Amino acid sequence: MAAILDAQGLHKCFGAVTAAQGVSAAIEKDSVVGLIGTNGAGKTTFINMITGYLKPDSGSIRYEGRDITALPPRDIARLGICRSFQIPQLYSSLSVRENMMVALGILLHGAGRGGFFSSGRPDVPGHDAPAEEVADRILGRFGLADHRDKNAQVLPGGMRKLLDIALTMAAKPRVLLLDEPTSGVSAEEKFGIMELIMQAVKAEGATVIFVEHDMEVVSRFAGRVLAFYDGRIIADAPPETALRDAEVRRYVVGSLHA
Amino acid sequence: MKPDRTPALLVAILAAIMVGGLALPQWLLFILTIACAQGLVVLGLSLLIRAGLVSFGQALFYCVGAYTAGGLARAFGVSDVFLQMFAGAASAAFVAFVLGFLLARYRGIFFGLLSLALSMIFYGLVVKSETLGSTDGFNLAKATLFGVRPGAEWVRYTVLVAATCVTLAAAFLTHRYLKTPLGSLGPAIKDNEIRVEYMGASVRYAIHVNYVIAAALAGAGGALAATTVGHIDPEMAYWTTSGEFVFIAILAGSGSVVAPFLGALIFGAIHSVAYGLSPNTWQMSMGLALLAAIVFLPDGLWSLFRRRKNA
Repeated sequence: MAAILDAQGLHKCFGAVTAAQGVSAAIEKDSVVGLIGTNGAGKTTFINMITGYLKPDSGSIRYEGRDITALPPRDIARLGICRSFQIPQLYSSLSVRENMMVALGILLHGAGRGGFFSSGRPDVPGHDAPAEEVADRILGRFGLADHRDKNAQVLPGGMRKLLDIALTMAAKPRVLLLDEPTSGVSAEEKFGIMELIMQAVKAEGATVIFVEHDMEVVSRFAGRVLAFYDGRIIADAPPETALRDAEVRRYVVGSLHA
Repeated sequence: MKPDRTPALLVAILAAIMVGGLALPQWLLFILTIACAQGLVVLGLSLLIRAGLVSFGQALFYCVGAYTAGGLARAFGVSDVFLQMFAGAASAAFVAFVLGFLLARYRGIFFGLLSLALSMIFYGLVVKSETLGSTDGFNLAKATLFGVRPGAEWVRYTVLVAATCVTLAAAFLTHRYLKTPLGSLGPAIKDNEIRVEYMGASVRYAIHVNYVIAAALAGAGGALAATTVGHIDPEMAYWTTSGEFVFIAILAGSGSVVAPFLGALIFGAIHSVAYGLSPNTWQMSMGLALLAAIVFLPDGLWSLFRRRKNA
């Protein structure tokens, strides 16, 4: 299957610390890829480089054959590569629905719709419905419809995570990068939240790359695992193979799962 | 969806000014016109405040607008209120367009102080310019409207009605702008720039646009103040003038495009009363008024008109 995203030889140093050394990975369209590794192994650096927040010292990132290595985050987002954050990045003074409306408004603005001279309620590009309807639809998919009028900052942790991802889904991503979607969420809620996310993503259709520390979550949801250690990918295989790999067991999974 | 009552409110204000203005004394017409001028500046300032940026330099554009109106009057004999306001807005917008490339890169205290520094540079330039009348400034001829010079007793009324028309039109356009995707980005930028950028919007562009609109409004306000007072001087660019606009913005609060004008009117009233009661310590009264507003009405005067939202 053709690679939608192709990272080759990514190097990134922060002073004496090497966060990425020769990271290469081709991500296939419509796949679900789990990134695992200890803290500081280079998972988030990899995501930050793909989304343009960090520029690699060397190496290249191609998206559908186009070099996006030097593009700023907003241009990469406009191309359809969107991300959620380990710590949810919300508009905390706005309500849940207003958060969605801002996200959809940015799409409208990017498409030159809903501007000063336009009248009526233009369709959001990619969603083919007015922003209000799209907002309610996405919030419904993420189980947030009942909380739409609440202020984003009063939401409990799990819902903040969901809203963060729902905002990303508003942009109709073709590649979705989720940075620890279940961190800070109780063990009982983890699978429920991940299930909800994957269903919503499936409904919209997107390639998913997610960072996760819980190996059960990884085994259940990822079709392929990239295991990071010391800025390198030490295993690239389906979860059942990757999690049995000796290096992965030694450096990533730890003795508990060994 | 709640019905939008702002257009009706704006039309009602215009009608009230046109009818009520006939019965008001000259000094009150003057205060109302100046409130329009200052309200325009604060309306623009509130666009920046929505995005979390407090400009301590809006007096720069107020002064650019005023000197544009003065320059037009002096060089070409243009005394039409509408033309002066339009030219003031255009020249201020142009200056802001150029300065915006620099200012849109800064946030917080750096934005505030840089905008203040730019206004003080302009102040210094005007003070040193003998052509522009140096510290004395210069006078403007009485205003005309579409080539007609109103009789002496009608000048204030005519200028007020013209000013109200322009001001309310500006308020309506700003109201509409705030409903566009770009206009509604302000609070999102204030809350979380990272998220805005990662959704595919340029924060710098949005700030630049708001900065230019704010400047255009301030320029129109400056031109109106110039033609109303009949005199301009460099004090219009001085930092205390910028401070007054921030004062009015805090006093007024946000939530409606009408709030800045109400704030400016109350500011004018407090100023006049304080000055009348105690010409040497009027600043103290102003300070107390601001203190009271911050303590008792942290969301500004406009919060008095809003029903409390259920949390």
